[in-house]
Amino acid sequence: MANARLLLPDSMAAGDVVKARLLVEHPMHTGYLQDLQGRLIPRNVILRLTCDYGGREVFRVEPSSGIAGNPLFEFFFRVQNPGELWVRWVDDRGVAGELRHPVRLQPAGPPART
Amino acid sequence: MSPATDAHPGQALPPRRRWLQALARGALGLFAWQAWPARAQRMVSGQLLSLPQMLEPLLQGRTAQPQGLRLELPVLADNGSLVPARVLVDSPMTEQDHVTHIYLLSQRNPVTQMAVFHLGPWSGRAEVSARLRLAGSQLVVALARRSDGSFCYQSVEAVVTESACVDGS
Repeated sequence: MANARLLLPDSMAAGDVVKARLLVEHPMHTGYLQDLQGRLIPRNVILRLTCDYGGREVFRVEPSSGIAGNPLFEFFFRVQNPGELWVRWVDDRGVAGELRHPVRLQPAGPPART
Repeated sequence: MSPATDAHPGQALPPRRRWLQALARGALGLFAWQAWPARAQRMVSGQLLSLPQMLEPLLQGRTAQPQGLRLELPVLADNGSLVPARVLVDSPMTEQDHVTHIYLLSQRNPVTQMAVFHLGPWSGRAEVSARLRLAGSQLVVALARRSDGSFCYQSVEAVVTESACVDGS
């Protein structure tokens, strides 16, 4: 259920500011819409999403019902050392999700897609 | 014929019928009020906030400059359920001078603050993007807070042909 994808540039060098595209699969129910039986669907949105890299939080977003379902976020961060980007989020139901994505430094080469 | 009719022969309508009519009107009124879609969705819809009303909870008395920030939105958003937005702030993003928060605010949505992003000097670039949900055409505001405590914002009028908050059927 908790599923996410992260896209980083193919080639990164130490000191570069790189763009990360993060797509999280989440319905982001607003709490205002009804299901086919006319019952209100309770609100279930991501309350907090954080991105850690190199022992530090490099990005944090606190969305509300004003963010579309399956949210896509783009942000920038500076890479220094090889490591991993650790994405964590928690929603209204208390369901937590996480994604670990390697950060490989290479000037050029085969695409490091996952 | 009820005994009430015989008791008041000169009147156009007997009191029981008048009473029933009033009851029917009241019931119809109550039904119409209940069926009002925004009411059914328990939404405070149709209420547009002014720019100071949107900014004041975050500024708390301080002032915000209308320069130094760019908010990119489509000129016409076909579907309010998915509106891409990008915020770019002019900032060197150094330890001394960087952007700490970026807020996305909506004028018409039931929840004004759509998202808040936390940034820092480690971001390298004060730019974020997300996909918004907009309940109809409205003013969308991006507000950024810098490390020195100053604020800057830009407001963009978004035309949304299909609201994100129509009823769920």
